[in-house]
Amino acid sequence: MRRLAYAIAPFALLAALLIGWEVACRALHIAPYLLPPPSAVAVALAQGLPTLAPAAWNTLSTALIALVIASLIAQALAVIVALSPLAERAIRPLASVIQVTPVVAIAPLLLIWAGLDHPQRALVTLAVLVAFFPIFSGAVSGLKAADPDLERLFDLYGASRWQRVARLKVPSAIPFLLEGHKVGAGLAIIGAVVAEFGAGSGRVRGLAWQILDAGNRLQTARMIAGLAVLGAMGVVLHALLETAERAGLKWWRGR
Amino acid sequence: MSVATLRAVEVDYPRGRALGPFSLEVGAGEIVALVGPSGCGKSTAMRLLAGLEAPSRGEVARTPGRGETAVVFQSPTLAPWLSARANAALPLELAGVGRAEAARRADAALARVGLAGAQAARPAQLSGGMAMRVSLARALVTDPKLLLLDEPFAALDEITRRALADDVLGLWAAARPAIVFVTHNVEEAVYMASRVVVMTAGPGRTAGELKVEGPLPRPPGFRTTAAFREQAEAVSALLSQAMAA
Repeated sequence: MRRLAYAIAPFALLAALLIGWEVACRALHIAPYLLPPPSAVAVALAQGLPTLAPAAWNTLSTALIALVIASLIAQALAVIVALSPLAERAIRPLASVIQVTPVVAIAPLLLIWAGLDHPQRALVTLAVLVAFFPIFSGAVSGLKAADPDLERLFDLYGASRWQRVARLKVPSAIPFLLEGHKVGAGLAIIGAVVAEFGAGSGRVRGLAWQILDAGNRLQTARMIAGLAVLGAMGVVLHALLETAERAGLKWWRGR
Repeated sequence: MSVATLRAVEVDYPRGRALGPFSLEVGAGEIVALVGPSGCGKSTAMRLLAGLEAPSRGEVARTPGRGETAVVFQSPTLAPWLSARANAALPLELAGVGRAEAARRADAALARVGLAGAQAARPAQLSGGMAMRVSLARALVTDPKLLLLDEPFAALDEITRRALADDVLGLWAAARPAIVFVTHNVEEAVYMASRVVVMTAGPGRTAGELKVEGPLPRPPGFRTTAAFREQAEAVSALLSQAMAA
């Protein structure tokens, strides 16, 4: 019984909020262009699905491509940093600059560089910039997180530098890498959406553009429908990544 | 013949002196217990014996070559991502021994510590005592000439400690490596060692030494003999003096 209540709770709250929203809209006669009732949003969602679904896929694929690229760069740099304190000294501050610079502020520049004909490249690059830091930072911490006594054991048996990286540092880093990728993937979606807003053009048919376009036409219901798809995408992706992280940790620890 | 010798070694760290002047000669096949107050530099002495650290002053002489010294730490220090077999095989693989040969010798080492059925288990699936046995198997897999145990049983319950103490003595009897082990437990020191070295508070020097009489490995009931009690009392008295000094 208790488990059932726990399973239902989030949906019950969502339903209650939606009902309250619907009732308030009707009772207070709120103008639909200000706040459409959920029923109107549902209609907009159903009607807009043929355009929203491919738009969501565009945004998602931008984010996923960015995640793969960010992952490769971040891990390669992390290994270099772990092997050479000098490289760390050189790379760390730059990585921090990338982390603290808002992606919206870089977007216009990158769009110019990518060329107006290839805004997709700029979007991916921007999402890469956002997704890079948590993966890099996780990988660096992970590569340094090896048990000091195990390090001593590797000293004792005269392990080579390569053996130390491949057999101690990289395996020790795996839980940190899983966490970094989970955070990085979430940020890649945010990065992709923000970059689409920055691009602000119809050439990139992502979810952000759908929302912007609906806003320009004062189609508030369609705007909220777009947001709902974005939210649903985020929830599903987060759940998938949680599952992947748990499975990865289980494999790493053997239980 | 000595396996490892510390001659008037001193070790200075930025925060002050950690050890010495301290001298210790470990003979082949000898079991030496290092007993002393916390922070007296026992672990530092172990790192010198292992060749993992160099003294600030004094001299360290070691005969074992690469792979002939093994260390067991206070915690099992196993790689969580490796099976018991792969953990035990690690020293061999680092030395370039082939995978099949390393696995075969690791299985033999696991069998020697009573873990014949647990080769595939991961550390997270093992109890504290079993994990410690894997750690011992990893130390024994290279047939070391010098085995260093740094408070190896401190985190275990009394029953497991006693069982492991007997196991270590049994394993020692088979190959007779020199063993140096650090402990806070006077009875454990007298039970396991052929010689107990008591150290002063840090920076540690030798406060006294006791050659333990009695057969090794210990016969059943050794802990209850008058000889055992007397020797434990003697070490306790030395330790009290060392703490007061």
